[in-house]
Amino acid sequence: MSQTLAPTPEPGAPQHDPDELEGRAADARSRRGAWIALPPAAYLVLLFALPLVIVLVYSFATRGTTGQTILSDWNLLSYRRLFDPLVREIALRSVGYALVTTGISLVLSYPFAYYIATRSPRVRNVLLVLVMVPFWSNFLVRTYAWRVLLSSSGPVSQLTELLGMGQTRLLFTTTAVVLGLVYGYMPFMILPLYAAIERIDLGLVEAARDLYASGTRAFWRVTWPLSRPGVIAGSILVFIPSLGAYVTPEILGGSKTTMLGSYIVRQFLSARDWPFGSALSFVVMALMLAATLIYFRTGGRTL
Amino acid sequence: MTGPGSTVEPRGAARRLLAANAWLVYAFFYAPILVLIALSFNENRLVGVWRGFTFDWYGQMLSNGAVLRAIRNSLIVAAMSTVLATVLGTAAALSLERFRFRGRQAFDALLYLPVIVPDVTMAVMLLLFFVRAADAMFVVSGAQVRLGLTTITLSHVAFNISFVAIVVRARLAGMDPTLEEAAADLYASRWQAFRRVTLPQMAPGVLGGALLALTLSLDDVVITSFVSGPGSTTLPVYVFGLVRRGVTPLINAVSTAMLVASMVLVLASVLLQRRRELS
Amino acid sequence: MTDAAAVRLAGVSKRFDDVTAVDSVDLSIHDGEFFSLLGPSGCGKTTTLRMVAGLEFPTAGQVSIFGESMGLRPPNKRPVNTVFQSYALFPHMTVRDNVAFGLQMQRLDRDEIRDRVAQALALVQLTGREKRRPNQLSGGQQQRVALARALVNQPKVLLLDEPLGALDLKLRQAMQLELKDLQSRVGITFVYVTHDQEEALTMSDRIGVMDAGRLLQVGTPEEIYERPTSPMVAQFIGDTNLLTATVKGDGQIELAGGQIVAADIAATPGTETVLTLRPEHLQIVAPDDPISDGHNALDGTVTRRVYLGNAVSYDIVAGDVTLRVRARNAPGRRQYDVDEPVQVHWARDAAIAVQR
Repeated sequence: MSQTLAPTPEPGAPQHDPDELEGRAADARSRRGAWIALPPAAYLVLLFALPLVIVLVYSFATRGTTGQTILSDWNLLSYRRLFDPLVREIALRSVGYALVTTGISLVLSYPFAYYIATRSPRVRNVLLVLVMVPFWSNFLVRTYAWRVLLSSSGPVSQLTELLGMGQTRLLFTTTAVVLGLVYGYMPFMILPLYAAIERIDLGLVEAARDLYASGTRAFWRVTWPLSRPGVIAGSILVFIPSLGAYVTPEILGGSKTTMLGSYIVRQFLSARDWPFGSALSFVVMALMLAATLIYFRTGGRTL
Repeated sequence: MTGPGSTVEPRGAARRLLAANAWLVYAFFYAPILVLIALSFNENRLVGVWRGFTFDWYGQMLSNGAVLRAIRNSLIVAAMSTVLATVLGTAAALSLERFRFRGRQAFDALLYLPVIVPDVTMAVMLLLFFVRAADAMFVVSGAQVRLGLTTITLSHVAFNISFVAIVVRARLAGMDPTLEEAAADLYASRWQAFRRVTLPQMAPGVLGGALLALTLSLDDVVITSFVSGPGSTTLPVYVFGLVRRGVTPLINAVSTAMLVASMVLVLASVLLQRRRELS
Repeated sequence: MTDAAAVRLAGVSKRFDDVTAVDSVDLSIHDGEFFSLLGPSGCGKTTTLRMVAGLEFPTAGQVSIFGESMGLRPPNKRPVNTVFQSYALFPHMTVRDNVAFGLQMQRLDRDEIRDRVAQALALVQLTGREKRRPNQLSGGQQQRVALARALVNQPKVLLLDEPLGALDLKLRQAMQLELKDLQSRVGITFVYVTHDQEEALTMSDRIGVMDAGRLLQVGTPEEIYERPTSPMVAQFIGDTNLLTATVKGDGQIELAGGQIVAADIAATPGTETVLTLRPEHLQIVAPDDPISDGHNALDGTVTRRVYLGNAVSYDIVAGDVTLRVRARNAPGRRQYDVDEPVQVHWARDAAIAVQR
């Protein structure tokens, strides 16, 4: 037998209550974490959570005759107005625009992301930076650029006239708004798609080819299903901001292309119906939260 | 790795289509920007028709008091809100990524919400909050709170904390936690370990977060226009007001200047990252 | 106790939520020895090491270093240093700054830091690489930096957490000898965590074998290998045959297949026991060959033959007993084929009871 040395406690050594020992260390650490979290948490409670509650309260209030808000009389009038034909039309239009924008972005972005992901690493980095640069540039200015392009005397119109197709009048139409939305939010589609495709082990495609799949079949049976998380992430990341868009329809759209964002702003800045505007904002936010929850449920991680 | 000629590279028509689509997308991304830049040097008042090269519109921009005031306001708000949001967002990231504490999950959720909430809702929330806060302040102390640069800055911080926190957290998550243990093992106190090991390691994340906050602050139209008062118009809000009335060469010039500024910011951050990766 | 142990664990346990990682471990490590904690991954050896370093605190029990109880003392206040499994070199610092870090934290003066860093780098043969960054070094060099960074502080105990795990076989073998050599030169107590039994046997003065949070056996490499006290230790250190048997008395035991063989086991007749029999202690001969005096022999059939270069491994079935035999390869030595009838024999003291 080998010798395991004395397990007897050393005389004179202080005897701690061991459970308390470990607990004390964990407690101290936890307290430190809470102190670090306190300033940002307090800020967000004051300037985010509290305002959210205020909006909720306002959505149950009543609009006075002069546009002031009467908080004392709680009711559901504002929510009932959500079913007005006009509101329904605007809501359906917004959802429609957002869906079309998402669809076009997906169709353009998938092959684009695939192309980038299959370049050599050096080329890939350059191509990605070329996507990022316009993406990070000022959104308002990028949207304005389309207004310049599409204006009746602008370059697009001149081009079509030169080609004998006559002047184009795209500005203030649905086409212009959707174009602007695709332009603005497509990078949100490209980046998660790229990340998903790039992560796929290309050995899997080779294995499919080895197992008698044609290139096309290998794509549909291997690459596409494996890139689906990217498709879902990208679609939700495009759908959400498109649905709540304000700047794009304001600059490129007209009275027939009003979207929810503009309609909400109008309640505050011109119609002065704050309760109704609050109810609208709250519902739009709830819709987006739901979409985001679906996103996380389906295993999305990158925001 | 992969490359032309491997099994994953489509051949023939599919291959040409992929390449064509890529070039089309790049053209789609860059054409409007390039046209806008070109037209900002157009002598013609009628924006679409090229007549000759001129710097006049930039001259006008620099002598336009309203534009200069808006630029000044934008810079003040961007600088202040970026500093505040970076400090608070970094603290949030550190606490969530390195500690366990009561209420941690609730804080995590609260931190993600401002990213999801649409601009318009956020704008409404902050407007109502400041209106109520002003009322309360008046009742309590008789002080008049007005919408202005302070309320804009506070609002920008409110949505930027989350973005900074996300970027810094990603960096912290990729960082080997045994580095901090090694520092402690080598006699560093908690503060020394943070100063000498954690902070330098997460610095690129903090810088990235700050750049994102700066960009978002300089980009914001909707929230700012809700919480700004007379005299506190920022550049995007000012330009937005002009744009809605139509296209003018002056807006082209101002827009180009904004575009160039934001591109310089992006390129600077890309280069910075590249340098760090190389070293 | 005047000659206090370098490290003493008294009844140390560590629970994470509902998992017990370390289960009431009692252990004393002598001053100046090279001690290895050996066990499969997840056995609690790394957690034990981290509790000595102060990176974890025990749920129960006490850690003391040179007679001093450590309690909640943080790692930076303990006279020990660690070589981490991943090395944990600071990527933003040069080799020199990494090695100087601990001395700077202790606020030594600049001249002394410079001299000691130079000495430490010379000790691990990295002189001339001071200005490199960790990512510009090979795995072996990174390992040496980690070693120098810990040793430069002249700790009373050096803790090493699988420091050679990331290196390839050749380099690992070279580093094993170098580490052992280094330890005898600096005279510091080394506590070395590994899952590699060969590594532990090569370097250690003593080994502690752990499994599922428990310390199973402590002893010199010879003791651990030659006289394991449990089936787990016998199985984990080297290859072995474990045989269940019943004690018959008079130095006789009965194997599971009913065969009666001789063994040096002092136990009351009727006791169930488990024997360990090392494959290299078994010999294989043709059925009619004579058996040496005092050897046990079983008749069996070869069911598998694996050629290993320096040896041939046979699986032999003898009734209900399967035995693995490792026969050294030498010129002219007879080899046996699958399905060939053979005899297996062994000296009676080769079988060790590991459970009684």
